[in-house]
Amino acid sequence: MAAKGTVVIDKERCKGCGVCIVACPKSVLALAKNVNGKGYNYSEAVVDECIGCASCAMVCPDGVITVYKAK
Amino acid sequence: MAKELKLMKGNEAIAEAAIRSGCDGYFGYPITPQSEVMEHLMAEKPWEKTGMVVLQAESETSSINMVYGGAGVGKKVMTSSSSPGISLMQEGLTYLAGAELPAIVVNVVRGGPGLGTIQPSQADYFQATKGGGHGDYQLFVLAPATVQEMYDFVFLGWEIAFKYRNPVMILSDGAIGQVMEKLYVGDYVPRWTDEELRKNAPWASFGKPTDRKHHIITSLELDSAKQELHNHKLQAKYREMEEKEVRFEAINCDDADYIFVAYGSSARIAEKAMQLGKEKGYKIGILRLITLFPFPKKKIAELSTKVKGMLAVEMSAGQMVEDVRLAAEFRCPIEHYGRYGGIIHTPQEVLEALEEKIIKRK
Amino acid sequence: MFNQDIVKPENLVYKRTEVLTDNVMHYCPGCGHGTTHRIIAEVIEEMGIQDKAICVAPVGCSVLAYNYFEVDSLGAAHGRAPALATAIQRLNPDKHTFTYQGDGDLAAIGTAETIHACNRGENIVIIFINNGIYGMTGGQMAPTTLVGMKTATTPYGRNVELNGYPLQITELLAQLPGTYLVTRQSVHTAAAVRKTKKAIRQAFENQKNKKGTSFVEVVSNCNSGWKMPATKANEWMVENMFAKYPIGDIKVDGELVQK
Repeated sequence: MAAKGTVVIDKERCKGCGVCIVACPKSVLALAKNVNGKGYNYSEAVVDECIGCASCAMVCPDGVITVYKAK
Repeated sequence: MAKELKLMKGNEAIAEAAIRSGCDGYFGYPITPQSEVMEHLMAEKPWEKTGMVVLQAESETSSINMVYGGAGVGKKVMTSSSSPGISLMQEGLTYLAGAELPAIVVNVVRGGPGLGTIQPSQADYFQATKGGGHGDYQLFVLAPATVQEMYDFVFLGWEIAFKYRNPVMILSDGAIGQVMEKLYVGDYVPRWTDEELRKNAPWASFGKPTDRKHHIITSLELDSAKQELHNHKLQAKYREMEEKEVRFEAINCDDADYIFVAYGSSARIAEKAMQLGKEKGYKIGILRLITLFPFPKKKIAELSTKVKGMLAVEMSAGQMVEDVRLAAEFRCPIEHYGRYGGIIHTPQEVLEALEEKIIKRK
Repeated sequence: MFNQDIVKPENLVYKRTEVLTDNVMHYCPGCGHGTTHRIIAEVIEEMGIQDKAICVAPVGCSVLAYNYFEVDSLGAAHGRAPALATAIQRLNPDKHTFTYQGDGDLAAIGTAETIHACNRGENIVIIFINNGIYGMTGGQMAPTTLVGMKTATTPYGRNVELNGYPLQITELLAQLPGTYLVTRQSVHTAAAVRKTKKAIRQAFENQKNKKGTSFVEVVSNCNSGWKMPATKANEWMVENMFAKYPIGDIKVDGELVQK
């Protein structure tokens, strides 16, 4: 299935709590092996399955996720 | 300004002044001997005349925090209470001072400690002038001696409170609160419009317009370097008050041998004692303090070089006398006299105390 | 990064609201405070009331809430937020004054202010975060701490003989005639966040219509205080907190919801 959505994650503001990973219905997200400036393993998209549902953004406490969906 | 003559209790004069000075909100809790303040307000229904809000809170803790809220959005807000209630308000007062909020708090002092009595006292001097709550701060403290001053000092209080962004305490006592005297009241000063509020309290959190960042009213600063700077600023403000805002009344002080230093009810009693003393040939003057903070240090220092002694007359075990001694730097004998716990001294007692403690001093 | 080509303004589904400031929130990773802040800010943006909103921040973890809302704010003394809000809203009946308080602030030290503001039916919005612990001071017992729950001051678990029972203050407030909306929500899943946001929207709409007090409890997590990772904390919350603090409306349009 062709992906219809995508997420842009402000990785420097991400605290790597992983709440978005659990919230994603398509298991698109995972914590990066790298860390950001604050030492957190930030969240990133690892699978091209995003449907642009914004569930991840909904649960993100720090509002670091921007979501796009192809019309 | 048109003046109208009225006969009122001191407490009622406070309420009347609130309405006529354009006060936006009064928040209080009943306590003897000041309950007439809110009773008068509720009977007058100022919300119909000026739009002023009057609310009976669930406690003094709550009423002082209502004042904090109203002051934080730039409104002219006030509360009143008596000693035990003012003790409950100390938290709110230090927050108001820390956040630099203008407000008027009236203390119609009664005898303590604890629940104490409901009779007049001046034993809250330390609490009013030395902080009372935690941290380095000062209230601006006005001490009315008449019903007229109860009224006038509400108007003066707004001026000072907004000029310095600092809470003002009107430190009265149960005698002035309860006594009925004539007083002149003036025309109604309108409450501020929104535009006037924005001009007079531009720092307030009245709702963020699109052309500026949000305002934050707080007394919290987790960075201690910034907190110290903030405290420097507060101290500079208090020094400016000491420079510019000291108020007192010097009666017959120019050629006096002895001085009564007093404020509020005690100053009125001292005035009678001065007359009694004159009949006995004593040259007595009175320094009646109007501002307790800022304290008239310079005037007391000046007098201390000219007179044979001073008697601090106050209805307490001796509180203001400490400030008099500090200001006079022991250049003349300074003693204290006062009844306390709700008893008011008589003029005869005051004169006898002057004779015993100062005039006949070995 | 996948599908870079669809990152275009016309494809935008979700972005951070500008009613939040750019400050990075001080909350621990995964803390429900951040999510709740975000949706309050979104409601303010959607209703176009940024110029009328006045936030009263508490003492506790969310003491610095005013750093995150791009609205005029006041920091209250511990527990006194409803007293501040009472005065602010009465003096400005067309503004949108809201308090944001934790369980210690609202249900322990501020119980009197909370109950009396609600009982007077003050036209304010109260957002109540209940995570059953004092986060800011290092994880001590809160009034809402569950029986048996370990905290820094109940190291052997909350014992009712020693500590009394968890306080269901929300149910208590629903009994007061002054409250118009009383609801308990959470922010641990996307669906829950949407429901909570709807409840907060309703609260502000009620305020606009001068209906009295609207009270939204958010049962939340405290990863640090509970000593577990964020996602585990959310699971623990569903299993344990929801049993004592069931999610759902308690009072709607001034009427208690029949269970």
